[in-house]
Amino acid sequence: MSEATRRTIRNFVVENFLYGDLTRPLSDDDSFLEKSIVDSTGILELVEFLERTWNLTVQDEEIVPNNFDSIARLAQYVGRKQNGDARAS
Amino acid sequence: MGMPVQVDAFLEQTAQRLPEKVALIAGDARLTYREIETQSARLAATLRARGVCRGDRVAIFLDNCAEAVVAVFGVLKADAVFVMIHPTTKPDKLLFLLNDCRVAALITYARLDTQAVQTQAPSLRQTILVGATDAASERQIRWEEAVGPSSQETFFRRAAIDIDLATIIYTSGSTGFPKGVMMTHLNMVTAATSITQYLENVEDDILLNCLPLSFDYGLYQVLMTFKIGATLVLERSFTYPQLLLQQLDRERVTGFPLVPTMLAMLVKMPHFSSAHLPHLRYFTNTAAALPPAHIATLRERFPDARIYSMYGLTECKRVCYLPPDQIDLRPTSVGIAIPNTEAYVVNAAGERADVGEVGELVVRGAHVMRGYWERPEETARALRPAPLPGGTGERVLHTGDLFKTDDAGFLYFVGRRDDIIKTRGEKVSPREVEAALHRMPEVLEAAVFGVPDDLLGEAIRAVIVPVPGVSLTAQAVLRHCARHLEDFMIPKIVEFRTELPKTATGKIARREIARQEDGCQEATHHA
Repeated sequence: MSEATRRTIRNFVVENFLYGDLTRPLSDDDSFLEKSIVDSTGILELVEFLERTWNLTVQDEEIVPNNFDSIARLAQYVGRKQNGDARAS
Repeated sequence: MGMPVQVDAFLEQTAQRLPEKVALIAGDARLTYREIETQSARLAATLRARGVCRGDRVAIFLDNCAEAVVAVFGVLKADAVFVMIHPTTKPDKLLFLLNDCRVAALITYARLDTQAVQTQAPSLRQTILVGATDAASERQIRWEEAVGPSSQETFFRRAAIDIDLATIIYTSGSTGFPKGVMMTHLNMVTAATSITQYLENVEDDILLNCLPLSFDYGLYQVLMTFKIGATLVLERSFTYPQLLLQQLDRERVTGFPLVPTMLAMLVKMPHFSSAHLPHLRYFTNTAAALPPAHIATLRERFPDARIYSMYGLTECKRVCYLPPDQIDLRPTSVGIAIPNTEAYVVNAAGERADVGEVGELVVRGAHVMRGYWERPEETARALRPAPLPGGTGERVLHTGDLFKTDDAGFLYFVGRRDDIIKTRGEKVSPREVEAALHRMPEVLEAAVFGVPDDLLGEAIRAVIVPVPGVSLTAQAVLRHCARHLEDFMIPKIVEFRTELPKTATGKIARREIARQEDGCQEATHHA
């Protein structure tokens, strides 16, 4: 996982789902589901963000917690997509 | 077996009839009727042993999980009243709810700061903690212990009758403070019996619910399942539609309750079709009307499934449903009164409206609420003497919603009389959001209203006048909202102005602002 990718994702998540609230602790491994951070419309925003930022195509079947449920998982998913691993899960 | 007079008899009777049948699938848990009966009986004994009395309120503040379902029945078996709290409720609202109905016990996750809650909610005597490692004290007990074998030693005699309260369901009030809808056992048994009748539910049904149990639509999926002896697949949320499709397939789900936002996302997924989900027999929709285009897509993808368009409000659970054979003929109708109830339109003169005449929808039936908890004035506005010939002394429910009928008597929703926003199927009071905004020292004035949105039905829009000289960003506003409001109440659009239009009496003219869509300086943040 690239450090730049992770940082870009963290910025987006903090900005859009925590509204820039730095007092709410969120580690890279914290589950968005557990912390009630992202709902189904938030997932759509994440998909749009990944596709726009890294010029990817996210397949429906890839939108699962394994790929989307934390900053670290998102960064790993982006890394796999960039390496051409289409399954990406 | 006789007609159940109490909601928890749904569980008891089915557990006698089908003890080994899987009642509930939630995450990794698969619980049989016998297991749920045993655990909820033990929970009831624990609650009674720890001082919960008949009629006491017990709050359940959990995600959709097996414990939440066991808790509902455990509280009822203790002759107490359950109060479901939305899982994204923030601390100040939680305290408001606990204090409003003076909750005696709280069932929640160990991660909640229960110390703080207990200090500020003086009525709270007991907390039962799910996911705790070490919590035993006089005022706290671990869930595992509360439903464990040793709890059974306490014996108590059931005393509740069917006109006792079973639950209080909080709903957005036009004043900005949520109000508690009081539902008796009889109200709920009546509604669940009527609904399972017109949905033609059978024991082989497998229902999937991903709506929160604090929402009556979600809660009733549990009650209906247990009444008919079916199986409920309880999902935590709609966050990952793709996983839900897999669950629908894997568990061979036959009935799927929807709200329009869910369907708007599902129709984009090619696997959402009868070819991939051959077991689905029916869909229900409520909370807001389905767009005709989505009904058409659903009909095309699932040609043999029944689609029920329905309408209801928490105050009586459900009002009407469109028989599925009418959906192609009257796609915009919400149908006829549910079995064993009556629904009709009254005009401004208080008389029954003519065909096509718009008026307020009025509801009669044993499903109509007892009233709003400790709010006599609001109760008197909603429950009014029926203008029937002969003066029966009955009070009927005035819904506050405008309807009309066609010449065959089918009902059509026309609009709301108040400013309540419907977003993602949830009701939001603009005043509650405005009250939260006004707690920001930088906010001078605020007006909140709904704007049409393809996905959400309505999106919440906040128009704010900052205190002169201070700088305020949309993000700071949203951050503040996220600390005080449930997730679905957070505005999607925040916009700043230097002044807001006022009425002659100096009040902010919310409706006029809602009409002025253009021509203002915008600092829009799409959250």
